[in-house]
Amino acid sequence: MIREPAAITGIGIVSPIGNDREAHWIAQQKGVHGIAAVERFDASSYASTLAGEVRDLDPAPALGGRLMSSTDWMTQMSLVAAAEAVADSGIAERHEPGRCGVFTASTAGGYEFGQRELQNLWSRGPKYVSAYQSYAWFYAVNTGQISIRHGFKGHSGVVVADAAGALDALASSAAHLHHGNAAMVSGAVDGTLCPWGWVAHVAGGGTTSASDPETAYLPFDPRASGAVVGEGGAHLVLERAADATGRAYALLVGHASGFVRSSQDPTTVLRRVVEAALADADVRPDRIDLVLADGAGTVAADADEAAVLRSVFGPRRVPVTVPKAAVGRLQAGGAALDVAVAALALRDGLTPPTVHSQVDPAHGIDLVTEPRAGSLNSVLVVARGRGGFVSAVVLTSPHHHPEGA
Amino acid sequence: MPVITLDDVKRALVEGAGVDAGVDLERGIATLTFEELGYDSLAVLETGLRLGRENGVEIDDEQLADIETPQDLADAVNQALAEAAVA
Repeated sequence: MIREPAAITGIGIVSPIGNDREAHWIAQQKGVHGIAAVERFDASSYASTLAGEVRDLDPAPALGGRLMSSTDWMTQMSLVAAAEAVADSGIAERHEPGRCGVFTASTAGGYEFGQRELQNLWSRGPKYVSAYQSYAWFYAVNTGQISIRHGFKGHSGVVVADAAGALDALASSAAHLHHGNAAMVSGAVDGTLCPWGWVAHVAGGGTTSASDPETAYLPFDPRASGAVVGEGGAHLVLERAADATGRAYALLVGHASGFVRSSQDPTTVLRRVVEAALADADVRPDRIDLVLADGAGTVAADADEAAVLRSVFGPRRVPVTVPKAAVGRLQAGGAALDVAVAALALRDGLTPPTVHSQVDPAHGIDLVTEPRAGSLNSVLVVARGRGGFVSAVVLTSPHHHPEGA
Repeated sequence: MPVITLDDVKRALVEGAGVDAGVDLERGIATLTFEELGYDSLAVLETGLRLGRENGVEIDDEQLADIETPQDLADAVNQALAEAAVA
C-alpha cells in the first residue's frame, strides 16, 4: 500500500542494451535486443545457451580496487546504477545523509563470487576462502554497499521475493518516506551468469532451450518456449511527491502483492493483486493507458496473465508491452527495470515495443510491437516470481490530474 | 630474525583486498594504520589469512582483530613463524 505518492526523481540503469539510463532508453525504443549465446562462461553443454549479458561495462575506474576485490559482479553493476540514480536526483546535495535510505531487492546474492569461493574451499581448503565471502554473496549486500558508498544511514532494507521483489522494495521505500526518510534508493540490479547460477536457472524450469536469439523469448506469442535469463536492472530514487515538484519522472501511487500457493489457481491471485494495486492507486481500470506485463514467455503463464488483463480491463484490448523481451529476465532486476522504463515512457509519451513477439490473438490484448508515441498518464507494472510471488504497482505522470483531485 | 617485511604485507594487501587510485601504499604502508589507508577489519583478516597460508602458519582471528598497522601484521606473522620454529 502506498499512503502518500512517492516521486521517482532519479534513475540509473545497467542492462544488456545500455549501460546508462538514456542509452538503455534509446535502445529500448529502437527495438534493439541484447540476447546472444552466453559469453561469460561456456554454456554450450547446458539445456539453455542464450542470455542477456551486460557488455562493455568496466566498473573498476569508478569503484576502485578495494570494492572490485570485495564484491560480486552484480554488486558492481548495482553500484554503477545507484551512482547514476543518485547523481540524477541530486539527493546527496538536497538531503541529510541520515535521512536517506536504501531498500533493494535480490534473488540469490553474489552467486559468481560464491561459486569461486566454494571452488577454493573444495579444491584448496578453508584457508583459501576469501574473507569477503562473508558478505559478498549475501542478499542484502547491494543495499549495504550502496549505503556505505553514499553515506546514506536512514532506515534501509532488502526484500527477497524473486522477480517480484523490486516492486515490493519500491513500496517499502515509499513507506519509509512516510515514516521520516527524505529519500530512498530502491530497485534492484541482479545477475547470476555463472555455471552455478545457470544450473539453478535451467533446473528451475521456464528457461528456453531455443538457440536463435530472435525467437527465443517470445512473451504472448503462440511460439513461446520459455524465457531467456539476463542480468542488470535499475535503481530509482524516491522522494516525497511534495518535495519533488518539477523534478519527478513519475509518481508511484499504488502497490499490492500476493502469493500463489501451489494448490491455487494463479489467475485468482494475480487478478486480486492487480485490482488491489489499482484500488490502492485510486485509478480506475479504464484509466490505465499501458501495462508493462510480466511476460513469463511460457504459453501457460502468458495465457494466465492475458486472462487476468482481459478480466480486469475488459474487451477494450488494453495496450501491453514487455520491454524485457529485449534483455531477458533479470531476476530481481527485471521489475525494477520495468518501473524505470515505465517512468521514462511517462516522461516522453513513448511506449517501447515488445521485440520479436507476434501476439496470439486469443489473448485479447493490444501487444505493442512497434514503438508507439502518445501521451501516457497511468501505467501498471506486473511482476511474478518463481515460487508464487506476485506484485503490481501503478505509476502516474506527475503532470496528470485525475478528476476530482 | 624477521622473515616477513612490509613489502610482503603490501603485496598480500593488494592481492587480497585491492587498492584504490590515490592511495599511496609505498609511503603509507610504514606510517599509517590500515584504517587510515582505507582498509576495514575484513581487509586485515583477508591479508592475514594470505600471509599465514603462504608461510605455513596460522594467526588466530582474535589476534588479527587487534592489529592496527601493517607493521603489527608483519610482526604477528614473524612471531608465529618464530614460535613454529621453536616448537
